[in-house]
Parts: sequence; C-alpha cells; structure tokens
Amino acid sequence: MELFIQQIINGISIGSIYALIALGYTMVYGIIKLINFAHGDILMIGAYVGLYCVLLFKLPLIPSIIIAMILCALLGVVTEKVAYRPLRNAPRIAVLITAIGVSFLLEYIMVYFFKANSRTYPTDFFSFGSANIAGITIPIDKMVVAGITIALMILVQIIIKKTKLGKSIRAVSSDRDAAQLMGISVDRAISFTFIIGSALAGVAGVMYGAMFTINPLMGIQPGIKAFVAAVFGGIGSIPGAILGGLLLGIIETLVSAYFSSSIKDAVAFAILIIILVVRPSGLLGKNVKEKV
Amino acid sequence: MIFDKKTRAKSSIKAIIVVCIIYAVMKILMLPQINVINPFYQTIVMKICIEITLALGLNLITGITGQFSLGHAGFMSVGAYTAAYIMLHWTVNLATIIISALAGGIVAGIIAFLIGIPTLRLRGDYLAIATLGFGEIIRILIQTTDKSFLGGAAGLSPIPIYSNFELVFIMAALCYVCINNILKSSYGRSMVSVREDEIASESMGVNITNVKLLAFVAGTFFAGIAGAMYSGYVGFIQPKDFGFMKSIEILMIVVLGGLGNIKGTVAATIILNIIGVILQDFAEIRMILYALLLIIIMIMMCGESPWIIKMRNMLNIKKFNFKGRGKAGA
Repeated sequence: MELFIQQIINGISIGSIYALIALGYTMVYGIIKLINFAHGDILMIGAYVGLYCVLLFKLPLIPSIIIAMILCALLGVVTEKVAYRPLRNAPRIAVLITAIGVSFLLEYIMVYFFKANSRTYPTDFFSFGSANIAGITIPIDKMVVAGITIALMILVQIIIKKTKLGKSIRAVSSDRDAAQLMGISVDRAISFTFIIGSALAGVAGVMYGAMFTINPLMGIQPGIKAFVAAVFGGIGSIPGAILGGLLLGIIETLVSAYFSSSIKDAVAFAILIIILVVRPSGLLGKNVKEKV
Repeated sequence: MIFDKKTRAKSSIKAIIVVCIIYAVMKILMLPQINVINPFYQTIVMKICIEITLALGLNLITGITGQFSLGHAGFMSVGAYTAAYIMLHWTVNLATIIISALAGGIVAGIIAFLIGIPTLRLRGDYLAIATLGFGEIIRILIQTTDKSFLGGAAGLSPIPIYSNFELVFIMAALCYVCINNILKSSYGRSMVSVREDEIASESMGVNITNVKLLAFVAGTFFAGIAGAMYSGYVGFIQPKDFGFMKSIEILMIVVLGGLGNIKGTVAATIILNIIGVILQDFAEIRMILYALLLIIIMIMMCGESPWIIKMRNMLNIKKFNFKGRGKAGA
C-alpha cells in the first residue's frame, strides 16, 4: 500500500510536468490548430537556461524558473513571428512541417553550441529532503513540483477567464474571423498564447531538468508525451490538458512500477491511439462536426 | 490527364531504358581502371538507393495520397528485422536474399494493413500523430524482445553483409518504375483525387478507404524492402536507428523534393546525401541547414505575406497547394 501511494505521488509529480507542457500544446492548438512540434524544444531551452542560472549566478529555484520563463516566452514569440505567422492561412500540414523544422533547428543549434552530452543540475538545487506523513515517506521536491504546477494552472485559468487578453484568446480560438470583425487583434492574441505556453514550458523545463538529466534532444520525449496528454484530455481544452497530464503521469509510473519500465512509453502511445480512434475529441473535449 | 495503355507502356519502357542507362554509366564509373566512384563513394551510392526507396514509399503515402505519416522508420525497422532474422538463420545466397527482402516488405505491409484499418480514418495532423505513435510502439516492442530473438535494445548482429550495388540499385529502380506506373494508372488517379478532395472523390465513386489503404500498404511494402536491404548493408541494426528522427529525415527528403513529385524525391535524396558527404565532419551544421531549408521552403511555397508573394513571383515559383481540407485556423 505504501508503495502504491508513493507511486501515485511520483505519478502526480511527473504528470504535473506533462500537464504544464500539455497546456502550451493545447492552447496553441486551440488558437491556430497547429501541433507545435517545437514546444518540447522550448522546454529543453528552459532547462538549459535554468542550468546556467544555477551554474553561473548560483540562483535558487524560483528566480531561475522566472528567468527561464521570460526567455522561453521570448523564444516562443520569436518562433511564432518568424516561422508560423507567414503561414497563418496556409494548409495545416505545411505549418506542421515548419514546426518540425523549427524543432530540429533549436535542437541542433543547441547541439552545436552546447555539445550533445548529458548534463545534470547540481544536486543541492532541487533537494528538500522528505516528509513523513502517516507512515509514508514523501519526497518534498515532488510536492514542490506539484505545488508550482497547481499555482501556475490557477494563474493561467485566471488569465484566460478573467482578463481582457484571455477573453480575446478565447474569442480568436472559437472564431477568428468573427473576432477580427469585433476589433480584436488576432496577432496579439496569438502572440500572447505563445507567450503563456512557452513560459509554462520553461517552468516545466527547469523542473524536468532538475529531476532528470538534460541534453539538447531531451525535449522530444516529454514533448510527445505531453501531446499525448493533451489529446487524452481533449485537445483545445485547458482542464482536459491538466487531467490528461496527471492521468498519463500516474498510468506511466504505475506501469513501470508493476510491469516494466521499458514498456511505459509504449503504453502511453497505445493510449494515444485508442483515444484517437475511439474518441478523437478526448475525455473533456467537445465533439466538433465537420462541415463539407 | 487520361493515360491509355499505350502511353503507359511507353512511359514504363522509357523509365526502364533510363534506368538501364544510369546503371551502365554507374557500372562503368565503378570500373577499377576508371575508379571515379571508388569503394567509399560506392557505399554512399548504396545508401542513396536505399533512401530513394524509402522516400518514394513515403511519397506515395504522403505526397501522392496526402496521408501524412510520421511512422515510416517503424515500418523500415519491421522489414530490417524480418530480413535480418531470416538471414541469421538461413544460408546466404541470391534466393534467400530475395526471399528475405520480400518477406521484409510483406510483413511490413501486413502490419501497415492492420494499423491502417483503424487509423486511416483520421485526418491530417491526427493521422500524423497516430502513425508516429505506432512507429514508436514498434520500436519499443522490438526493444523489449528477448535478446536471443530480436536482440532487444542491444541490437541484432552480425548480420551477413549481402547488399551490394546491383541489389540496391535494382530495388530502387523497381520501386521507381512501380510508383511511376501506379501514378499513371486509375489507382494513381484516385489517390491524387483523395489528396485533392476526399468528399468530391467519394461522390465520384472512389472508395477512399481502399485507396488510402492501398497507398499505405504499398508505401510501407517498399519501406520494408528498403529496411531489408539496409540490414544487409550495415550488418548491425538496433531499435535506436529507427526512431522518430529517422522518420523525420525521410519526410524531409520527400518535402524537399516536392510532395507528390517522384523525380524530385530522387533528386532530393541525391542532393541531401551529397550535402551530407560534404558536411560529414559537421553533422550539427548539416542538421541546422536541413532544418532551415525545411522552414524556408515551406514559407516560400505556402506563405501569404506580401513580400513572400513578391519573392515567389520574382523566382517564378508556383504556390504549392496541399488542397486537403482544414486550413490552419479555419
């Protein structure tokens, strides 16, 4: 039982990182219908920014996260402006291929400048000991990850639901032309979506990097996993991304604890395919009828 | 364009003659007395032939039929492992080589058939993600197999190195002629019509499910054969070689050559490999260059900004239309 609860906690911590990344995917998909393949690489850049904040400036966790957020948000906006904006009305597949190109570009620029070898954060950066609650040992760093994630999700929810910019994002997602006719700046709404998504990826990058090792190609796996999470919960839906991320994290840790860690990725993809085939709109997504 | 039997026969005869001429020229250049294509370049020519087969298969699926697949390397690995397994247990001679290559292609085709039935209903980016998932699942399953069966994560070796220039060249040429013929047949026309507009072609009596499946199975069949030749070319295969990155590399060839353009695919494979040889000591720069090319080509071909349109008019490039429904944002 203790093992089970510990696994659930592990699952929640990795799942909340997936949820953070999935939020970026789902928001970008919701607004421009693009699977942003470069999203995982923005996470990777965030991890590197965090690493250098620690190594060069000896910054603690929160300031490193904030710097990573700012730089990732900038990067996200720049990629959107340079690569995706000229293709705003192009076919989806063209934008998807461009996103793959952006992803490769970021990866190999990092390989070129920082070499392909794996690096780790200093061990004291992200260790807070463990707490003992009702006879179950719980590592506090896992709780910190979950806590930061929950705080950010509440923040995003407030931005989307309560502010004017959030309103414009929702308007552009639901109907771009109508939103434009109402005087909403579509470009600004899209840029802002990229800012939020990329900043969240930056946070996730620092935490993911601190939990595991980092290298220029590290973004691919969590990126794809987070996409699975976004589809699982219903792509385009923000609560769906959170639910999908947490469920995926928990399923993955349970599979690797009770079966084998080598098949956990296969299970994630199997979930993806089952969801795509059986219920493409995901757990919380709305079913959209296609018009001829 | 309607092609009757006569023009089709003419076109295949033309293709076969061109292939024979290329073969003869290559053979002459390979003669030890001339030695323009020395053994080092010969391995690169073989690699080009294998990649042409892979890319042509993907072009049939993605370029001609418009079904975006990101799992091509997975099917290649199926072919590679099937052939390697056969070659490790049988003696190597021409008959077993051909049997193993065909077996590789057929097993890949069967798996593609089983995968295709549920997933080809999906459209556009969803299909891309589903095929990506299947590619990864195939890789992970091979990785978890027993060491004595398929080698697991450590890979399978030593596979007898049986691929030679003749074999891979004939394979690539056959693949080209086949796909050229498919394109000019009624199947090819219905594939193009599915890419252009599914609903319109369905209402004209095209069975879109069958057409998509046919293209998918045929494309992966070629991927399987190419995989078989690849295993006999490198002599050592491991699941890592057939990851998501490999699929993207093949996709890159198809996109750079022009989606749906089989001559372009051949040209792009050759050009990209030449770039690869020139930059072989700078692998990162090569990848950065590929990525930039991918972005620039996409923006130039599909972009909407005024300056892009001006550039396109200046360079006399036709705007590329994927035509498939679902614009980015509509």
